[in-house]
Amino acid sequence: MNEADILAVIRDELARLAPEIAFETLDPALDLREQVDLDSMDFLNLLTALHQRLGVDIPDADAAKLASLASLVAYLARKGAAPPP
Amino acid sequence: MTWPPIRKAPQDRAAANLKDYEAEVADFSWAAARAELQGLPQGGLNIAHEALDRHVQAGRGAQLALRWIGRDDTVRDFTYAELTIQANRFANLLLSLGVSRGDRVYSLLGRTPELYFAALGALKAGAVFTPLFSAFGPEPIRARMEIGQANVLVTSETLYHRKVESWRGEMTSLRQVLLVDCSGEAPAGTLALEPALARADPDFATAQTAPEDMALLHFTSGTTGRPKGAVHVHEAVVAHHVTGRNALDLRPGDIYWCTADPGWVTGTSYGIISPLTNGVSLIVDEAEFDAERWRSILQAQSVTVWYTAPTAIRMLMKVWAQDRRPYEVPALRFMASVGEPLNPEAVVWGVEAFGRPFHDNWWQTETGGIMIANFAAMDIKPGSMGRPLPGVTAGIVERLPDGLVREVDKPMALGELALRPGWPSIMRGYLHEEERFRKCFVGGWYLSGDLAMRDSDGYYWFVGRADDVIKSAGHLIGPFEVESVLMEHAAVAEAAVIGLPDPISGEVVKAYVALKPGLVGDEALRRELLGHARKRLGAAVAPKDIAFRQNLPKTRSGKIMRRLLKARELGLPEGDLSTLESEER
Repeated sequence: MNEADILAVIRDELARLAPEIAFETLDPALDLREQVDLDSMDFLNLLTALHQRLGVDIPDADAAKLASLASLVAYLARKGAAPPP
Repeated sequence: MTWPPIRKAPQDRAAANLKDYEAEVADFSWAAARAELQGLPQGGLNIAHEALDRHVQAGRGAQLALRWIGRDDTVRDFTYAELTIQANRFANLLLSLGVSRGDRVYSLLGRTPELYFAALGALKAGAVFTPLFSAFGPEPIRARMEIGQANVLVTSETLYHRKVESWRGEMTSLRQVLLVDCSGEAPAGTLALEPALARADPDFATAQTAPEDMALLHFTSGTTGRPKGAVHVHEAVVAHHVTGRNALDLRPGDIYWCTADPGWVTGTSYGIISPLTNGVSLIVDEAEFDAERWRSILQAQSVTVWYTAPTAIRMLMKVWAQDRRPYEVPALRFMASVGEPLNPEAVVWGVEAFGRPFHDNWWQTETGGIMIANFAAMDIKPGSMGRPLPGVTAGIVERLPDGLVREVDKPMALGELALRPGWPSIMRGYLHEEERFRKCFVGGWYLSGDLAMRDSDGYYWFVGRADDVIKSAGHLIGPFEVESVLMEHAAVAEAAVIGLPDPISGEVVKAYVALKPGLVGDEALRRELLGHARKRLGAAVAPKDIAFRQNLPKTRSGKIMRRLLKARELGLPEGDLSTLESEER
């Protein structure tokens, strides 16, 4: 999957968890949780959903490195995100 | 399964502040505890004087009071003398804004240094300090500011724009909004805090408050009705001080890290007041939970006493399952947990990961300070909240049909956890709610609303809540507050909110919604309702899950049976259904 596809999946999952977020207003370079109201459980749920949709293992220890949309997309792309067969 | 007790080594017992539990309980008096504090020079008592001025006057001004670590790892250190100056500046600023004794100063902030200046400065000025949880949405913030008739709000520019600005004009009591981190000119009707503080006079004579003067207003939630504002007075500092020493083993020179959010009572009683009266150095981390960051803070800051919460401990355990690098924490002497019961696995995991167990303790917004605890010199029974503090008399009571209560002495009998009033930090009232306050006291007991048992050794065991209040990540959530916001939506006919067990956060909020006739509960409507609730309540309070029903189960009097919804969701026995009139569909 390319980065645009991955971003679309993130957008989809965020809309499920936190439908109030206006995705197009987010700055991909900034910390996601400083821009919108996501608590730590929302963030864990987002990572779990991405793991399921994209088949990428995301160890808890990596979570802090995935604070911005840009870093999240890059991480998932690097780890070979792919839709489930 | 039953967990074997964790025995304390003789050297741990000998080194503890509270060495001999029985002897200290027998000898304890609140008058003697009060005598350990100084009091104001001209009489009276003020929390901030005991936390700051007393140390500076005694020549301890150069000691580190607060080390603040920013998200970007910037460090700002404040000695006791420097923190006193900042609190003085804040107190002078309040005076210049016309704030007088008893006025209400609210904070809506993350962990910023200004939060500490504001809390201590407000107390110095004789104002009442109220912290709010910055993850609240506009609705819970507004409700709490209205009930407490907020006069001053200290918040950040971002939080102000996001959560306060749109309704600020409707709050007539609110005279001033002070903003930290203003990007440029402060928005209309607000004042940038940092420059105003820099201009303020660094000297201030602490207000001559009396012990029974109101000092703190902390909000908590019940099953029904609006949030309750628990009133605390300056006398509470006696309990903050001595319980910090006895239950958290705090002593001068400790490096102490309390991870509680400053928006809740723990963040004030044990995040600000108790550690400072005990002369310790506070570590404050601005960032949210992150396992690797926490490891590095514990290690690099040589934390000696750590007070944290079950949700965080369980998240650390989850990371530990993937990464068993030992924590290098030779300085760490005592670890404690509060917020909700700490499961025995987590208590024991402390020994595996840190070489020391977690010490669970129990208290409430209403008690103002720790009431029941596992002590450094006492064996731990994993899963138990421990034993009452010296000066605290606890009991298990059952409610009788005539409205009175009876103490049950039988070991492991189930009843309501109750305390004999008389300790200094007990709430003095729920603001404007005399009736709800009165109902907390029956037959000479304060009734906690928690169900518990006491074993033959005097250890207390939490069983559950006697009401429908939800505890998620250590925060009390009143179902009524959530239901009210859902009911505001045009599609909703009925709403019921319950807490479902969650392995990390204790409970998560789930809502059941019955729609108005002709409407269909589809994914689009679920998202609309979820978004509505999150916008109004904030992510920490809003439901994580919404289920649609045609009808919610109700009693004859029309009360929704939350317990029945919960029992069915969890596959538990449905209990007495004799009052059920309108069935769930």
